[in-house]
Order: sequence, then structure tokens, then C-alpha cells
Amino acid sequence: MTPPRHSQFLARDSYRLRRLMDAVRLLPALGLLLFLLPLMRRTETTQTVVPPSSPGTPATAQEAVFLFLVWAGLVLAALLMSRGLRHALDVPTRADEADKPAPEE
Amino acid sequence: MSFNYLVLTCLAYVILLFFVASAAERSAARGRAGWLRSPLVYTLSLSVYCTAWTFYGAVGYAARSGLEFMTIYLGPTLVFVGWWVILRKLVRIGRENRVTSIADMISARYGKSNLLGAIVTLLCVAAGTPYIALQLQSIAQSFTVFATDPTGVELATDRNLIAFWVAAGLALFTIAFGTRNLDANEQHPGVVIAIAVEAVVKLLALIAVGVFAVWIVAAGPGDILTRIDAQALPEWQIQPGRWTGLILLSAIAIICLPRMFQVLVVENTNDQHLATASWAFPLYLFLMSLFVLPIAVVGLEVMPAGSNPDMFVLTLPLYLGQDGLALLSFLGGFSAATSMVIVASLALATMVSNHLVVPLWLKARASRNRDTGDMRLLVLSVRRLSIALVLGLGYVYYTITGGSAALAAIGLIAFVGVAQTLPALLGALFWRGASRTGAALGLTVGAALWVYTLFLPSFGPDVFLSAQLMEQGPFGLSWLRPYGLFGVNTLDPLLHALFWSLSLNALVFCVGSFVTFPSPIERVQAALFVDIFDRSGPARSWTRPVAEAEDLLPMAQRILGVSEAQAFFSAQAELQGKTGFLPDITPEFLDALELKLSGSVGAATAHAMLAQSVGTAVVSVEDLMAVASETAQIMEYSAQLEAKSEELSRTARKLREANEMLQKLSVQKDAFLSQISHELRTPMTSIRAFSEIMMDTDAMTPEERTHFAQIIHDESIRLTRLLDDLLDLSVLEHGQVQLNLGPVLLSDLIDKAITASNSVQGDRKFRMLRSRDGESVQIITDAGRMTQVFINILSNARKYCISDDPQMQIKVRRQAQLVEVDFIDNGAGIPRDKQALIFEKFSRLTDSMQAGGAGLGLAICREIMHNLGGDISYVPGQGGAAFRVSFPLDLSAHMSTPDSHDTTPAAAE
Repeated sequence: MTPPRHSQFLARDSYRLRRLMDAVRLLPALGLLLFLLPLMRRTETTQTVVPPSSPGTPATAQEAVFLFLVWAGLVLAALLMSRGLRHALDVPTRADEADKPAPEE
Repeated sequence: MSFNYLVLTCLAYVILLFFVASAAERSAARGRAGWLRSPLVYTLSLSVYCTAWTFYGAVGYAARSGLEFMTIYLGPTLVFVGWWVILRKLVRIGRENRVTSIADMISARYGKSNLLGAIVTLLCVAAGTPYIALQLQSIAQSFTVFATDPTGVELATDRNLIAFWVAAGLALFTIAFGTRNLDANEQHPGVVIAIAVEAVVKLLALIAVGVFAVWIVAAGPGDILTRIDAQALPEWQIQPGRWTGLILLSAIAIICLPRMFQVLVVENTNDQHLATASWAFPLYLFLMSLFVLPIAVVGLEVMPAGSNPDMFVLTLPLYLGQDGLALLSFLGGFSAATSMVIVASLALATMVSNHLVVPLWLKARASRNRDTGDMRLLVLSVRRLSIALVLGLGYVYYTITGGSAALAAIGLIAFVGVAQTLPALLGALFWRGASRTGAALGLTVGAALWVYTLFLPSFGPDVFLSAQLMEQGPFGLSWLRPYGLFGVNTLDPLLHALFWSLSLNALVFCVGSFVTFPSPIERVQAALFVDIFDRSGPARSWTRPVAEAEDLLPMAQRILGVSEAQAFFSAQAELQGKTGFLPDITPEFLDALELKLSGSVGAATAHAMLAQSVGTAVVSVEDLMAVASETAQIMEYSAQLEAKSEELSRTARKLREANEMLQKLSVQKDAFLSQISHELRTPMTSIRAFSEIMMDTDAMTPEERTHFAQIIHDESIRLTRLLDDLLDLSVLEHGQVQLNLGPVLLSDLIDKAITASNSVQGDRKFRMLRSRDGESVQIITDAGRMTQVFINILSNARKYCISDDPQMQIKVRRQAQLVEVDFIDNGAGIPRDKQALIFEKFSRLTDSMQAGGAGLGLAICREIMHNLGGDISYVPGQGGAAFRVSFPLDLSAHMSTPDSHDTTPAAAE
């Protein structure tokens, strides 16, 4: 994982690229976590009685804003990452495959 | 707005699409497809995911269940922002292997198995048909919205008629642009560009309606948020199970849906496009869903109670008198439905023709042992028929169900159906150990469970499954109820079906892969797929060229078309450095040809067809073993040859050595002859000279006469002795000597030798240093010969020892069965460079006349000692000349021992 010490400056680009690949793999997990966040708020089961007309009980508007914000954030992150990752697509380099997740066998 | 006006608008729109599509096809054919293949077009074509279900149904979904509609877009968003993990590999594999459909992908990965292709095809058709019916329904519904009052009664007969014409029109369009030619890559620029245009139209339409709802009807985003909360129903509450399950399901669907696979993988031309789509497609989905909830909320508020929320996108502007906006919205919904139907029917038709019809037809032909005919026309016809068939099925499905179910429900049922391909697909990408049997079993189990727990029950009770069966399970087995499998009856039916079908599918797939053994071609394909990024070129699968290029060209022409096939062949020939149309049938060429053909008819069929033409030239284990055993034989043979050649070279070396020895011997013999002639001539010369003097000279004193006669006599004696020596040597050398063995005391022999040698230069007094005890050894040998050796050594010492006070030391040592006698004088010794020569014949270190011998003494000694089973050697560094004589204690016993062969007389030189 660590770049060779003597060629730190040469390896910097490919090092950044590999970390970018790590990040892009992490992104969907982060997105899923955030998308599941609305599930964790208080619900009927945690409250004794909820009148059906209780204003704002399903905080739909609030949740909608949250979800769309996360969504927009993911789009932005993907946009930024895809610019960097383009370089990896140009020429399939060794660094590209250096820490590719080993297929489970 | 009149119905006819609407139809005319539709027709105009369709004609526009035709125009755009054919323009794209033309420019692609001219090779100017640059902008057609841009990342933007690719991303827009992915929008085929957003069908009429999205366009109309999402609003209805939101009106009924709140935010849950978003799950259908959140899953794909996650898959696309994480494109590096799965999509990149999927797209690369698909492009490099010219995959034509998801069925082709799975079939190719698992050993180009047609069985798997057929299973996936059937599954996709079963899941896709209701989906197509859904689109027809939505179009028909949207037509009737215009034709009738929004709240009025709709005419069912009209809707069926509309659906029929729509289906027919779409079939025509798909056939026109989807099966125009059998493209090598199964890519359809015309279709893709039309889809992209429709993507823009539907996005603009939805945004327009959304903007209208938010800023015209409501007072902006803030107002909308307030209204959302005001309209929120308890059912809008996010349900954790469905929320999570649907995100997962939609994430799976974006990969597994045949139409998505078509635009995502098959139509992909460049990895870079995927990088763009990774953010642009989520953005598209984001924009598509941004206004769904506002439209739903405004619709619920404004529209009269009882209006179908699925049609709010259309009915809301219509109700509020915005006819133009309603028309745009109508076109958006029309676009969404048609683009889905076109791509889905194209993808399904490709699968049906490649994995069901063509293989069956080929098999039928092969069994009747006939030529394969014009494949190209056949495949195209089958493709066209399949499109008509798929759309016909959708239409039939629509008329049977009559559009009773809510739109979204059918969409999700289809999602669960295609999700069954996920284990096999992921296994294809990441697991080399995944096997064909495992995939087939997993797919079968998953598909069966899906049909039983979701698909058949979705038609409602008493259509396929009786109400009684639904309630109590088959044969009264309650744990087999479709909605309560294995007693799990508290789940949402959709999640229940998803859980059981997918988990058992994956389990059976894994276990099946664990216990079965893949065929060689399967393993080749597995490595090819899983290690796609580790490899520079495609793997080799053809080994033995059997067919002739003349046979392959017509076959390729039938599939690819005459000009294309000839261009391909001549390009390949050029690659091989040849001219003309017929390249050499190399494995590389066969691989390229198979890849090219598989772009048209699928991997399994292409492989089968080539196998039919080339013969059974596929690499089999038997082939490999045959090759291995041939190799082993060759290796054995070469080892034998090597051994033989080594033996030959050894013999040659021996011969060379023998030859050298012979030459040396010949030289020696010449030297010996010349030496002996010289030795003989010297005395003869003096004898002749003196006898001539005596004959010629009369006046000779008696003293002189006596003197001359004495000289002649002496020389004669010398001559005789020389001849005696030579005879002796000759006898010894040929081992013909007769030995008189007998017991004798060593000291007696030495005594005798000293006495005998004293006559030589008798005036010199030698001091003898002896050890009587050491010498008193009883030996069995030839006493006379042994004495001769001792005499010779002692005489030499007397002759050559130059010391003023000469002495001779005689040491006797006994080592087991060996006796060593050292004779050491105190003279100058023998110079190192002469030590090797002294045992040679005629070798004299000084002038011959001084020594008075012929130079044969030591040579004879050595021969004698060899004959006596011993040796004589010069021992340097003893202070003078030192000779060591070694011989066995008991010669008679020694001669019978075979292991001392090299010292026996016979072997002695």
C-alpha cells in the first residue's frame, strides 16, 4: 500500500489514483448508509399513541429534502471522482490493478 | 382537444423519431458517428430505465406511499456512483466478448452453454412481457385521458384498439431500426439516438409539469414543502423493510434488466462513457424524481377525489386548462413508454432468436445433416418475428389483465424476476469457481420460486392459482402457501418473494458450484471474464485448424453479409501478411471469427456453428491428454536419443583414445626399432671393423690379435646380452613368462642380490644398512626373478652413486598382504624431470658407454614386478636415489584374487 520511499514523488500520481479508486468504492456504501438514515427516526412504535391527523407525523417534506440533498451530494462526488478516474481508463496501468479487490475464490 | 389531433401529434412525433433514427444510421454507416457515440448520448440512452411507470406511475406511487417511490432511483444511483466496482467490469467484459444480451453474457461465461442462455431468456421474457403490457396500458390510458372527461367513464374497447395500434407501430419501428442489419457488435445507433431524443423529451415534459405545479399552482418550493406535510398520510411513513428491500431490488434491476443491459453494456463503445454516466445518470434520475412528490401533492389537492393518481402528470395540466403542457406531458409519457418497449423488445428478441430459435433450428438442421443455408436472412427473420412475438405477448397480456393492477406493482414484479440472474451474473464477474451447473440450478430454483410466490399470484386469485391454494397452500400444506413460504407469512409479499427466491437461488448456485466440476471451456471463459483487467489479449480456444478458409467464408457471409465477411477475411489475411480473401486458419483467426460471429448470433451459437464447420476442433480434455502423451513420447524418445548419442560420443572418445595410444605405440615402436638398431649396430660395427682388421692385416702381433679378438668377444657378449634382455623384455611384456613360485626368505634374496651385484665396479665399497629382523619375511614368489630386480637396483646404485662414501640403505615394511622394500643410496638422486623416464626402454641418464648397459634394466624390472603382482617406483626426496619395490606376500594367493586384477601379469603393460 505504501509507496516506495525512494520514489515518493514519482509515485504520487498513481498513489492518488489508487486512493481515488478506494474512495469510489466507498461511495455507494456511504450513500446507502445515508439513504437508510430516515429509517432511524422515531416511529409509532416508540410513541404511545399517534393521532392520524397529527401534523407532520411522517416528516415527509423534511425527509425528502434530506434525501435529495444526499442525492445531489453523491452526484457531485461522483462527478469529481470520475474526472480523476478517467486517467485510469486511458491506459490500463499496473497501479490500476495494484489493489483491485481480489475476487473471492 | 380532439382525439384525432392527438393521434396526428403522435404520428408526427414518431415520424420525427424515424427521421432522427435513420439519419443517425446513415451517418453511422458513413463512419461519421462521432457525436452519436458521445457520453451524453450514452447517458441519455440509459434513461430507458425511466419508463412510463416512472413517468406516470411514480406520481401515483408517491400519492399512495409517499417517498417510497424514490427507492426505485436510489438503488441505481448507488450502483452508478459505485460504477468502479461492478459496472466497469461488466461493461469491459461485455464489450471485449461482443456480448449481445444478458443471456449471452451468462451463457458465454459458463462455457458458452446454450442451456443457461435459454433459461435466462425464458425468465426475461416472462418478466418482460408484463412490463411491456404495462407500457401499452399506460399509452392507451393516456390516450383515453384526452378522449374522455378526466372523471368520466373510459371505453375499454377503444383502449384495446389503441394498445394494438401502438404495439404494431412500435414493432414496426423496432424492426426497422433494430434488425436493419446483423451488426458485428449488435449495436444500433439509430435506436440509441431515438432513445436519447425521447429521454430529453420525457425529462423536459416532467420538469415542465413540475415547474408548473411548484411555481404556478403552488407558491414555490417552501409552499410545496408545507403542502407536502399537510397532505402527508400515515401510509406515507417510510417502512424500513420495503425501503431497504426496494433500494436493493432496484440496484439489482439496473444491472439485470435486459433493456438496461442492452443500453448499458451492449451499446457501450467506450469505458470513458461510463465514467461520465456515473454521475450524469444519477443526475438524470435526480431530476426525474425531483418533481414527482410536488406533482402528487398538488394533484391530490387540486384534482377531484377519486381521480387516478397514476395519471396526475397528464390530468393536472389538463384539468387546469393547460392543453399545451398536457400535450407535452403526453408526449413525455409516450416517449417513456415507447423507448422502453423498443429497447426491451429488441433485447428480448435478440435473446429469443440467439438462444431459443437459432440453436433449435441448427440442431434440427444438423440432425437432418443438411447445410446451414442462408443464416443471415434466417437470423434477421427470426429477430423480426421475435420482436413481433414479444410485443404480441405484451399485447395479449394487456388484454387479458385489462389493466387492473396498479402500474408500479407490475414493475416491481418484473424487477424480482430479472433479479434472479444476479447470482449467476456476479459469479460470472468475480468468482472463477462458479460453475455452469450451479448457475443453471440457481437460476431454475430462483425462477420457479419467483413464478410461484409472486408472478402467478399477481394475476389475482383464481386466474392461475386458485384462491384456496393461496389461502391454504397446495394439497393443504400451509407451509407452501405462495405468500407464506416455510411459515414466513408476516412479510410483505414482494419482499417475501424477493427474499426466498434470491437467497435460495444464491445458495443453490453456490452449493452447485462447490460440488460440481467445470469443463475446460468453462474454466477458460471463467478466467477470461474474472481476470479481464489482468490480461492483454483474449484467451485462445481453438487449437487445431481443420476447416479450410473456403468453407468458413460462405458461412461467415451467411451471417455477416457478403461484403462485411469478405472485408473481415481479407483484413485477417492482411494481418497474416497475405493477400486475397483467404487467411490461414490459425487459432487466432478462428477466435477473431468467433468473436465477430458472436456479435451477431451470440457466443454459444457462434461457437456451435464454428464447431460444426471446423469439426470437433474444440479443445477437450482428451485432446489435451493426447497432446500431453504425444509430448511425453517425444520427450522419452529424445531422452533415448540423447542417451544413445552420449554412448556414441563415449565410444568415439574411447576410440580416439585407443587411436592415440596406437599412434603413440607406433611411435614408440619406431623409436624402439631405431634405438635397437642403433644399439645393435654399435657392437656389430666394432666387431666387423676388428674382424676386417684381423682379416686384412697379416703382419699382426699375437698381442694385437688377442686384443682384437678380445674386443670382438666382448662386443659379441654385449650383443648377446642385449638380445637376451630384449627377449626377456618381450616375454615379460606379453605375460608369457613362466613363474616358479615357492616359499623363500626375503633376507636370503637380498643377500644373494648383494653378493651378485658386488661384481659391478667391484672396487667400490658400499656400506650396507640393513635390518635383519625386518627382512626376515617369508614370502611366496618367483625367487629368481625377484633377485634379478634387486640385483638390477643394486647394480645401478653401484654404477651411478657418485658419493665418496657410498652407502645403501635397505628398508623392508610389511602392510597386511603387501611387502615394500626400499633401496635408498646417498647419491645425487635422479633429477625430477627424468624421474618419469627411467623406467622406459633404452632410457639412460648418462652416456651409454659409461653405463655399459642397453638401458633396458629398469624397464625389465618394472615388467618383472608387474608379473609378480607388484610394482617398482622411484621415491623422490629420500636424500638419494630411492627405489621402492612392492609385491604381495603370497603371490599364489594374490593371483587367485580377482579384485586385484589390474596388478595381475595379464594386465601389466
